[in-house]
Amino acid sequence: MRALISIVLFAALYEAVAHSGAFAPALVPGLTIIATRLYSMLADGSMASHALATLYRVFAGLGLAAVSGLVLGFLMARLRPVERFFMPLLSAFMPIPSLAWAPVFILWFGLGNVATILIVFYAASFPMVLNTWTGARAVNPLWLRAAGSMGASGPALFWKVVVPGASPFIITGLRLAFQRAWIAVVGAEMLAASDLGLGWVIFDAKEFLNADTMLASLIVIGLIGFVFERLVFGTVEKATVQRWGMVRTAKA
Amino acid sequence: MIEVRDVTLEYDTPQGKVRAVERASFSARPSEFVCLIGPSGCGKTTLLNMIAGFFSPSAGEIRSGGAAVSGQGLDRGIVFQDFAQLFPWRTALGNVTFGLEMKGVPKEERERIAREQLRLVKLEKFADSYPHHLSGGMQQRVAIACALAYNPRVLLMDEPFAALDALTRDEMQRLLAEVWRETKKTVIYVTHNVAEAVYLADRVIVMTPHPGRIKAEVPIRLARPRDPLSVEFLEQQKELLRQLTQKEETR
Repeated sequence: MRALISIVLFAALYEAVAHSGAFAPALVPGLTIIATRLYSMLADGSMASHALATLYRVFAGLGLAAVSGLVLGFLMARLRPVERFFMPLLSAFMPIPSLAWAPVFILWFGLGNVATILIVFYAASFPMVLNTWTGARAVNPLWLRAAGSMGASGPALFWKVVVPGASPFIITGLRLAFQRAWIAVVGAEMLAASDLGLGWVIFDAKEFLNADTMLASLIVIGLIGFVFERLVFGTVEKATVQRWGMVRTAKA
Repeated sequence: MIEVRDVTLEYDTPQGKVRAVERASFSARPSEFVCLIGPSGCGKTTLLNMIAGFFSPSAGEIRSGGAAVSGQGLDRGIVFQDFAQLFPWRTALGNVTFGLEMKGVPKEERERIAREQLRLVKLEKFADSYPHHLSGGMQQRVAIACALAYNPRVLLMDEPFAALDALTRDEMQRLLAEVWRETKKTVIYVTHNVAEAVYLADRVIVMTPHPGRIKAEVPIRLARPRDPLSVEFLEQQKELLRQLTQKEETR
């Protein structure tokens, strides 16, 4: 409710600025113009195809990051040599912004999905690896002892005790990875995509001074990010770690 | 049955070798309730952990049912003091079925057995509750049901009720005495509570610290169910307390 009030107030402020005459309407279009543009892009299906292209890249990159992050994170937690080998590499690569790789990936793979997905993958990998690694080491040793005395070992111990035991960290890792992927994909598309994607639309619209298209796309980017962050990941957390009491929830 | 023969455990510290347990020997007959009692640092938990197979003694031998113990085994179930031993992502029923699942018992069969065990600890109504919705006492009852479900011959218990409030603890001791009478398990129970040992045990093994040694074995011959307010009970309690507080006699 409070969020709604903030948004409405902000929109009103924007509208006042847009109509104040201080800026050219082509550069700072009013809300009705943005809304009309958004509607027409939704109606002709172009917004949907851009959004789908972006979502495809995000989930391809995120999927790769999740799989490799989980595997590497668990291996690092389990095997000392793997941990010793990869920790310095992670520390060295982590501070490099994923977008800084864009020119390199474009040079190697050309414009298109491969380069964009790789940038997303790069952005999403680190939270996934680090959270899985921390989560696996944070598994209560008592659970391992209890499971061991009940005859669990090998794959059963891993899948039925270590993975669920590490799940609060893994889910947080996935959430952070999505956020970073979603931020990275828009930038990546501006540089490395050639005809589709929300980031590309914004960048392309700049050439024609289409501020309304840019802002309409920004709204869609914000909305999709919000939906995934709150609804998808929020629901997953509620159905798992919150239900199990493994993370605290604020009680009234 | 459990046999502990001349078991010693040493570990290295920066100050040199420390003996946590020195030449401990005792045994527990089938269906016997044995308590290990002593002050903190006497090595009672360490000894129990070695019987559980979490680590091996530096010297000596532990046998369970005639076979040497090497690592954890399904012949010995264990209940810890910490409530966090249950898996939070499984319901009470899910926790109790875990051992059976590992054994490869089919789903319906293991749920039937698990419900049976939950009934034994009077929690059948809470089968579908997650551990964090249960009180400490209830969680410990689930832990007992977990340890009993896959039917080990021996139940190892490490101060399972020490973190509970006094009233709940009394109730849990009564319940455990009942469960033990019904299941006829061999129980090795670690405690530092004299009244608890007198209430539960057939035989109490008294340990002293630095290094952890067995000082005495005290049989408790009171008829069951025991009355903690009876004169004989209090006499027995005094006797055990005397054993615990007495300075080591020179041999």
